[in-house]
Amino acid sequence: MIELSRVNKWYGDFHVLKDVDIKVGKGEKVVVCGPSGSGKSTMIRLINRLETHQSGRIVVDGIELSDDLKSVDAIRREVGMVFQSFNLFPHLTVMENLTLAPIWVRKMPKRAAEEHAQHFLERVKIPEQADKYPGQLSGGQQQRVAIARALCMRPKVMLFDEPTSALDPEMIKEVLDVMIELAHEGMTMVCVTHEMGFAKTVADRVVFMDQGEIVEAAAPHEFFEAPKTDRAKLFLSQILGH
Amino acid sequence: MGSDPFIAGPGQARTKGSDPKVALAWAREHLFSSWGNTAVTLMIVYLLWKLMLPFLDWALVKAVWWSPDGKACRVEDSGACWALIADKHRFMLFGTYPFDAQWRPALASLIFVALYVVSAIRACWRPWLALVWLGGLAAIGVLMWGGVFGMVYVENERWGGLALTLLLATFGIAIAFPLSILLALARRSTMPVIRWLAIGYIELIRGVPLISLLFMASVMLPLFLPEGVTIDKLLRAQIAMILFAAAYLAEVVRGGLQAIPRGQYEAAQALGLSYWKMMGFIILPQALRISIPPLVNTFIGFFKDTSLVLIIGLFDLLTTVKVSLTEPKWTGFGVEAYIFASAVYFIFCFAMSRYSQALEASLGAAQSRGTNGAGKGVA
Repeated sequence: MIELSRVNKWYGDFHVLKDVDIKVGKGEKVVVCGPSGSGKSTMIRLINRLETHQSGRIVVDGIELSDDLKSVDAIRREVGMVFQSFNLFPHLTVMENLTLAPIWVRKMPKRAAEEHAQHFLERVKIPEQADKYPGQLSGGQQQRVAIARALCMRPKVMLFDEPTSALDPEMIKEVLDVMIELAHEGMTMVCVTHEMGFAKTVADRVVFMDQGEIVEAAAPHEFFEAPKTDRAKLFLSQILGH
Repeated sequence: MGSDPFIAGPGQARTKGSDPKVALAWAREHLFSSWGNTAVTLMIVYLLWKLMLPFLDWALVKAVWWSPDGKACRVEDSGACWALIADKHRFMLFGTYPFDAQWRPALASLIFVALYVVSAIRACWRPWLALVWLGGLAAIGVLMWGGVFGMVYVENERWGGLALTLLLATFGIAIAFPLSILLALARRSTMPVIRWLAIGYIELIRGVPLISLLFMASVMLPLFLPEGVTIDKLLRAQIAMILFAAAYLAEVVRGGLQAIPRGQYEAAQALGLSYWKMMGFIILPQALRISIPPLVNTFIGFFKDTSLVLIIGLFDLLTTVKVSLTEPKWTGFGVEAYIFASAVYFIFCFAMSRYSQALEASLGAAQSRGTNGAGKGVA
């Protein structure tokens, strides 16, 4: 589904990603973790070309990412993304947030798009908020709307970029529950997160990054119980230690 | 607890003067709360009294309202000479347009005002509004030029006064505004050539006074045109004003664009929206909304700048007022004439200002709470 091979990226002189290799199969759930500045957000943003890489190959759903705008558009239609800061459109209602892209990108009729959107609002458990503006919702509700917005495009892959980091603690669970449900339905997911409980529950693989490199990639029980590298041990002790 | 007088909260209730008890309490709290405040209040009341009373005496009590030959205005100790307005208002409003046909520019001006009013109502923001504008402008063109339906033909050299001012301002803003959005987008483009062209254009036009642009349009441009080709003077002035306004408005729009967080672009891109759809649905609606105050500021300035066309010999409202004063019987009554012109300008500018405030309030009402976590940035 997603394949990165020997991908490199620099910001000026700063080498953000070093020879990153990763493969995500259909239906697989991968959790990416690592200290801040390790390049994990950059890597996930390469997959739908919010960032560009300088060398290496990225293939998503059989299409190689290049400067060709057609391939970028094709991939973005198949890849949904959820951001740390929600990025809902504040001037549109929840329903309009959800139906805009299906209507204008997928060319769905308005009525069908709205029914479709209502279905996803029910799945993220806020069907009653359709007519509100994002600013009238709590952070957890906004993030669930953001997940529904991405799902409305019927993506084959969902990318999550620290989806719970901007939330108050009491709202984290409601977002994670939605994500867990999504995982159980078989969605292919790549998720940058520090929620280790989530990783243990749903991940097929945990990828640990540090300083632009993939240091370890293993099944969750292996990674958490027997990390192979010192860097991973240090990281785990820091986030699980308190 | 006293609220900070310099920070207006959305929920701050205005004190209405309907209930005398409330008004009294309000006055005690805001005007007479201390000896110092009381002294300032009394001082201001005294000054207003000293200034307003003579003005009202001049403007209303001793004013001359009617005097076709202007002699009554020359009488010792007479007040404002409004007789000048009574006598010359048609020239001021319609310039040298044929006297018997002046109902045509009058009607055209009314159509302009009607178009503004219709466009101000949000329920009318539908595709058919464009048709209403096309129809309205066509009707205005027919009325002003004539030559059909038994109306005599009037060349646009003779157009003038308020109708000309509205014409210049309306076409100016209606064409310059979309142009300015394109310029602002071009200036933020990632394509260097387009960006440089936009920067060059904006900086060039902004660096030049409007008067010199008008001069160039009216004096220099014809020199460059091939022989036999002439562009009407009014059209040249209009084009110069559009180019000028577009450069200023473009910078206002760019300011709005810069205030939109990067996450909005990324979310739109991640959903697969193309550049124009992203701009049209997501970025511009938000950018233009926060730009309403400076946009209207520029519109108002532009409306008044139309009076500069007098230097190339077009008879806009201010010019016709000025010319009225050259008539011997009315010389020396400039104050009255300019008060009249100011009042007309004020009505339009104040209406624009009030409307922009109402629009901001109604657009912001639904989503005033929360900022969508936009300030948190991308990790």
